[in-house]
Parts: sequence; structure tokens; C-alpha cells
Amino acid sequence: MALLQVKNLTQYFGGLRAVHNYNLDFEPGKIRGLIGPNGAGKTTIFNLITGIYTPTSGEIIFEGKDLVGLPPHEIAAGGIARTFQNLRLWRHVTVLDHVKLACYSRIGYGLIGAFFGTARRHRQEEEFKEKALSLLEMFGISRYAGQVVSGLPYGVQRRVEMARALAIEPKLLFLDEPTAGMNPEELVTMIDVIRRIREELGLTIFLIEHRMKVVMELCQTIQTLEFGEIIAEGTPDEIQNNPRVIEAYLGKEVEV
Amino acid sequence: MRMRKSSEQAAETTAREPLLARVRAQLKQVPALGWLLGALAATIIEQAVGYPLARGLGLSGIPGLFGLRIIFTKPLLIPSALTYILVVYLLPALVIARLSSPLTNRLAGLLLDRLPVWISTVVHLGILYAALHLWGRVNDYRVLVLSFIFIAVMLTLSLNLVNGYMGEFSCSHPGFMALGAYASSILTILFFVNDDVFGAPLLPPFLGPFMFPIALILGGFVSSLGALVVAIPSFRTRGDYLAIISLAFTFIVKSLIENLEIIGGPRGLMNQPKWAVLPVVFTWMVICIWIIYNFTRSTLGKASCAVRDNETAADAMTINTKRTKMVTFLFAAFWAGVAGGLFAHVIGYINPSTFGVLKLSEVLAMVYLGGLNSIVGSIAGAVGLQFLMETLRPLALLKWIVIPVLLIIVMIRRPAGLISFTEVKIENLLKPRQAPKEDR
Repeated sequence: MALLQVKNLTQYFGGLRAVHNYNLDFEPGKIRGLIGPNGAGKTTIFNLITGIYTPTSGEIIFEGKDLVGLPPHEIAAGGIARTFQNLRLWRHVTVLDHVKLACYSRIGYGLIGAFFGTARRHRQEEEFKEKALSLLEMFGISRYAGQVVSGLPYGVQRRVEMARALAIEPKLLFLDEPTAGMNPEELVTMIDVIRRIREELGLTIFLIEHRMKVVMELCQTIQTLEFGEIIAEGTPDEIQNNPRVIEAYLGKEVEV
Repeated sequence: MRMRKSSEQAAETTAREPLLARVRAQLKQVPALGWLLGALAATIIEQAVGYPLARGLGLSGIPGLFGLRIIFTKPLLIPSALTYILVVYLLPALVIARLSSPLTNRLAGLLLDRLPVWISTVVHLGILYAALHLWGRVNDYRVLVLSFIFIAVMLTLSLNLVNGYMGEFSCSHPGFMALGAYASSILTILFFVNDDVFGAPLLPPFLGPFMFPIALILGGFVSSLGALVVAIPSFRTRGDYLAIISLAFTFIVKSLIENLEIIGGPRGLMNQPKWAVLPVVFTWMVICIWIIYNFTRSTLGKASCAVRDNETAADAMTINTKRTKMVTFLFAAFWAGVAGGLFAHVIGYINPSTFGVLKLSEVLAMVYLGGLNSIVGSIAGAVGLQFLMETLRPLALLKWIVIPVLLIIVMIRRPAGLISFTEVKIENLLKPRQAPKEDR
């Protein structure tokens, strides 16, 4: 059974049709790519599935449960984690707390624990801390644990965001341009990191990416979006040679 | 040989340093416990020799607030006041703090190593309270100032939860304070006081002091209820809405009370039993700080910082942002209500005009002066500004020029307040300054 199924997803912003009849059938364990020119509606699709926007029409079914209308935090707690295109970190919060905060849905001590510091709370906070540290270790950023994120190098911030997303213990991870603004060297490491988290954690990954190199190397299936509609779907090779994709990216040849 | 050389070198370098730096180096070895002992010693000295000394220096009595008010009332007595401060407070405190530092360092170390942190904290707080109590015993005015400072700390801290930790701008604290003050006053008067309006006490009055905490807590809950009224419409979106709605709330509460004749209307409500004596207020302040400290250090509490810094991201990371905002806001309102209840039972009289815009500007000033998102900052801001306001009292209205100017200067130099976005761990505050065994 498909992990995530999207049927005829459509979204209007006023008169603007941002996404039209978008369909998705996501098998677990795969890495899928979503590409398209700027403004094609890629991030909108992410926002729709993760509950930031409520779709105008369409169905989103995750593990047999309809997600439409659920608040974002419930969707996230259900197992869909994401990162953002333009980092959305909490600038006054330390790296360690970023990852711990993503464990929010598993907090079991309640307000009494928060106010009075019960034994249960300390146990659980310790648990979260260990978990967070092991994630930071995995991303090679544990030495920044106590620092506030705002002063950290860009590459580190990207990893913090990923570690944070993984702390949710998701089944499905959405990565919105994980290599944006990275130099070629960082790019290679990032590809490696994505591959590793998929193998080690058995994650299913949905990737928005601009750089062909990343998509081609990582993804098994790729969808291409233009003006909110899918114009092509297939393996990297198929997509690369699809005339409509080339047209969307490079423009049409003008007959003279 | 080598030893002597190094010590000679050390002596040489210290000799070259200015006096102030040397004193500072000496005082750095003093742990918190040492300072508290020093303060305690100073207050004991004041008890013993304060009055004759003050008379001898030509002062009319022991200076109330470290002689600071003398600057404005009788400038000619400034040298006498300075001498008094030096002889009674400064010198004994410094000398005893430094002399006892080997002992206090070891003691502080032992306390932290052998026993849980809270015992060490309680010991420190006990000594602090003893010093404050002795200081306050000199006259009732000091007790009043201390009580107001403790209440200001509670108010500031709770407002910081909303304005600092949650990053919203709330103006409803005077309203919450009024709700708490009136609710708890009505309860205590109704149940334990023979009052013209409320009639004979419903319960034997001797039970009163024991039921007082319950009245305060209920007052806090009434404030939380008021907060719910503000929160439901204003937390649907972020931005300035809360500021506007909460300001309106403060005015609504005020005029509501002014128009309720049964609780005295604009004349105010009196006859509250004065149960909020100094130790009671101090204990409540400590409990308030402790619970807020706990809350802000838990992941559940830190969620409000995530909401403040980026709500979308907080949502995407499973944080229930609506609940987080509600909880923090209601929690803050609760403590404002408790502080209001204490305020009412310190002076035994409240009237609605106390809880107006002036109170609001005071509390806001304390929060922003002290520093956002910081417990120590809030304490510093509240203590500093409340104390300043008392000492500037002789200036009357001019006070409201001096304090804003001060605030503007602080805002220019440090936009987020004096001590902002810093967390001080209690362990670090109480730890010995000089490790007893350096030879490892």
C-alpha cells in the first residue's frame, strides 16, 4: 500500500491557480524528486501536504488517514517531517534545544511536570537530550550543541534543520531544496548525508531540488511541475530526455 | 627558589595594577554564600550601632534607603550619609565576605557536592531572607519597599513570559493584577473580616492566615480566566492584535471595578487583613521564580520561544502552537493575579486607579530594562527600577522624566535590555568561586 497518496490536489490563491490536479502515489522506502522552474508550485505542494495551507480541493491520504484539515502539528506528529527552503530556525534557541523541541509531541509529563520539575520530567528530558545528541552526532554537529543558531555557519544551520526534522521520528521526510546556497563541496556532503539517513533510518524522502545533479543522483522517480501541473513523471533518465521538461527549463526553440 | 621568584613576580604585577583592579581580584574569590554572609553581618552591625552612629553623623535617624533620598531632600547631609553607608554596609560587607571566603567557598562546595541543589538554594535563600529581614526591622518603610520589590519581581517575571519568552506584546498585566487583587480581597474579607458591606465573617478569623494562600491562588485563577477572554480573540493571528486587545482589557477591568458599587467603586476596597507580611511575600516570590524557572527550562516551556522565533517552523515540528500560547499567557496571568492579591494584602487597601496605565508602564519598563527572555534580567529590572522609583520619590513628578530618560539610554545601548537571552543556572550562581583543591 502506498504510504502517501494525493489525489487531484488543487489550490487557488484568490484567482491564481497555484496547484492543479496534482497526484502522487508514494511507496515507502523511496526517494522521490519534485522539480520545476521557479514559481511552479513545488513548495506550495509541500505546504499543502504538511497542513500549512488547506487545499481548495483534493485528498491527501497518509497511511490510510485523511490529512486534509488537520493542523500542521498533528500532521507532523503523525510522521511527516520537513525542512524549509529558506531556513526557519529559532534564532534565540540553542542547537540542542532545536532538536529537543521537535520531540514535543512525545512529551508525557504535562504541565505539572513543567511547573514543578517532577522525576518523570527529568527522566524524559534526559531521554530527549540523549536522542538529540545522537542525532547531532550523526550530522557531525554535536560540538555546536550549546550554541545559539543565529551565529552558526550556513552549512551547520542546514544540518540543524535536518536533525530537528529527524527528531520527530518521521516516516516521511520532506526536504525543500536542501542544497540551496551550498558550494559544490558542501553539496557532495549533503548528498551523502541524505543517502545515509535514508539507509540508516529507513526513511522515505520527498525532495524538492533545483540542482539536477542532486536529483539525478538521489531520486528513483522524479516529477516535473510547471504552472502547478505535472508535465512529466519518470526515472531520472526519462526526465532528462523528456522534451517537455527541457522546454520548461530551457524555453522553446523559436522558429525563424 | 622557583616558588619565591614566581610569588615575587606576582607581587610585582599586583603592585603595578591599580587599587580597584586589585580589590576586584580579591573579591572575585568570594562565592554567593560569602556575599550573603557579608550582607547579613552588615545588617547586624546596623542593628547594633546604626542609630547612635547616624545621630553622631548628624542624620535624623538611620537612612531608610541607603541614604539615597537624602540627595534630594537634604543635600548638605550627603557626606554623612556616605560615611554611614561606608562604615555600616560597604566596609563590613566587603571585609567579612573576603575574610570568610575560604570558609564559605568550602561550605558552598560541600553543599553543592554532597546535597541536592535545592538544599543549597534554600540555605542561600534563608541567609538572604535573614539579611533582608534584619534590614527591614529598622523601620516599616523598608518593609514596605521590600514587599513592593518582591511583588514587582513577580509581575515583571510573569510579563516577561509573554513579552519576552513568547514574543507577544501584552498590556493587560495591570488588569490581571486588579482581577487577582480584587478576587482575593473579596474572598478574605467575605470569609474572615467583619465588614460593613460583606457582613460578619463566614469562618473563624483565626483560620484566615492559613487560608490566605488559597485565596491568592483563587485570585490567580480569576486572572487566568480574564486572560482566556483576551487570548481567545487575539491568538488567532500574530502581531499587534494582542497589544490592542490587552490594552482595552486593562481599561475594561478598571472601569468595570469603578462601576461596581458593592466593591467600593472608584473609592476602592479596604479592610483587607494585612496577612502579606514580609516572609509571606518573600516566600511567594521564591515560589513564583522557582516555578517560572522550571517552566522556562522544560521543553514544554521552551516551545513558546520556538513559537516566538518562527511559528510556522514550530508548527511543522509538532509543537501545538495554540496550546503553547494559551498556556504561557494564562500562566503569566495567574502570577500577575497572585502578585495583585499580595499587593492588596500588603497595604490593606486597593482602588481601581492603581491598576491603570501608570502601573502598565512601570511593569513594561521593568521587563524591557531588565532584559527579555531572562529570569535574572527580570529580577534585576524589577529590583532596580522599583528601588529607583522609591529613591526618586522626593522628585515627585520629575521622577517620570528621569526614569524614561534612563530607559531610552538603556534601549539605545542595549535594545533587548540589560541582561537578555541569558540563562543563569542556579548551580553556577551558588558554586564556590575558588576551587578548594587547586593542586591537581
